Amino acid sequence: MAYAWHWEIFLQPAASGETTYLGWVLAGFETTIVLSLLAWVMALLLGALMGVLRTVPNRYLSGLATAYVEFFRNVPLLVQLFSWYFVLPELLPPAWGNAYKQLNPFLQQFLAAVICLGLFTGARVCEQVRSGIESLPRGQKNAGLALGLTLPQTYRHVMLPMAFRLILPPLTSEFLNTFKNSAVASTIGLLELAAQGRQLVDYTAQPYESFIAITVLYMIINIVVMTAMRWLELRVRVPGYIGSK
Amino acid sequence: MLNTRLLSVALACSFLAMPSLAAEPAGALKKIQDSGTISLGHRESSIPFSYYDDKQQVIGYSQEIMLKAVDAVKADLKLPNLQIKLVPVTSQNRIPLIQNGTIDIECGSTTNNTERQKQVSFSNTIFVIGTRLLTKKDSGVTDFADLAGKNVVTTAGTTSERLLRKMNDDKKMGMSVISAKDHGESFLTLETGRAVAFMMDDALLYGELAKAKKPGDWVVVGTPQSREAYGCMLPKDDAAFKKIVDGAIAKVMASGEAEKIYAKWFMAPIPPKGLNLNFPLSDDMKALYKAPNDKAFE
Repeated sequence: MAYAWHWEIFLQPAASGETTYLGWVLAGFETTIVLSLLAWVMALLLGALMGVLRTVPNRYLSGLATAYVEFFRNVPLLVQLFSWYFVLPELLPPAWGNAYKQLNPFLQQFLAAVICLGLFTGARVCEQVRSGIESLPRGQKNAGLALGLTLPQTYRHVMLPMAFRLILPPLTSEFLNTFKNSAVASTIGLLELAAQGRQLVDYTAQPYESFIAITVLYMIINIVVMTAMRWLELRVRVPGYIGSK
Repeated sequence: MLNTRLLSVALACSFLAMPSLAAEPAGALKKIQDSGTISLGHRESSIPFSYYDDKQQVIGYSQEIMLKAVDAVKADLKLPNLQIKLVPVTSQNRIPLIQNGTIDIECGSTTNNTERQKQVSFSNTIFVIGTRLLTKKDSGVTDFADLAGKNVVTTAGTTSERLLRKMNDDKKMGMSVISAKDHGESFLTLETGRAVAFMMDDALLYGELAKAKKPGDWVVVGTPQSREAYGCMLPKDDAAFKKIVDGAIAKVMASGEAEKIYAKWFMAPIPPKGLNLNFPLSDDMKALYKAPNDKAFE
């Protein structure tokens, strides 16, 4: 294969935005990180809440949580994203829909991506939390209640602290997946890392350098996340359970 | 000692690099002959150049010209049973797919420019377009200056995207440029009111107009910002293959067949909606048909 390598393209001035092509890549890197972190915070809060609801002894609450999980876990991520971005504004009252569509396009794309990714990942976190709670011996809940704690107090002080420590390894995977899944946002035009990589191909006609650069940046994100989560696992380990020495 | 070793390495390299002197085909032609298959890159929604009709068949102006080139390859290699493999490509992946040999040729709506010539080669030009705007009839947009401060959509990876961003920077117009994945999605962005105008090659804009729910609501406006030459993309520096493709295109143009293909796609009802683009042959196109060439405009 005849290919002319030109690594110096990253230092050349970009076609727009008064920066270099490296500046484009870094702007995408930043968007990917902010987008994924926001989505992850949303997923963690929502997943914790729904995970608890799935296990409470109330048919309606657990039914609600089950419906949420089944819906957001079973529809492809791309379809969900297109629905948030293209379909939802058409279903809103026309005045709202039009107001939303006149927003800055970046903001529209960013909002749609955060909500979509947050709800999708939230459903997966919810299942991790549920499995964590259900893996605890039944005696723990009963002991909490026998001590005179209310059910919410038992969740807060006994079951959730244990459950979250147990599910840290699968949560790490979900956290990593959030960063990788954020690349779907490029399909609605959000200039995150993957989209900047493709844009670089269009403008410089140097596909291999561009894709190698963004691959390295994704790996850097994930290695940092993995290391941080490994450290957290060691810090909060429960003696006698997985993750402990 | 070192010198002799260097010398032998240099000798070995020169043997490896030596072109084969026999008439045996090399490069893409050899690959096509050995595999008995030619891989054609086509677009999915570049109406009327290369797109799917309602039966998911690839049709269009560029597609017909590409098939003429395939006929020429068949005749040259004496392979009447050459298998055709159709590979859908996008603006973003078409160059890498030519480079890594997944496709042998791509005729769609690809602009021949000097930047791209560093990575791929282009055949004789098959079409000349101008970049303009598609907008709603009552939007109040009549030219590029009216776009200041508005949301404008264009397709990612196109020359229009570059021009629009550059115009925005140079003239400080404060536009928000939306880069959509393909022409269909760009038009969806325009149709749903996210953008007031869609900048693209005029022929493609007429194509999108033909797909609209109410074609009468839309209009193509604005001074062309650039002229562009569409060519078929070929592997870089594959002179033998390029010669056959160029010859086929020149022949189609000289015989008057190209004008008939043009009339079929731009002056008559076309699938999927049976709409007529009514896009008459431009002076640039007449000149091209008279004197086929592979020159880029930029």
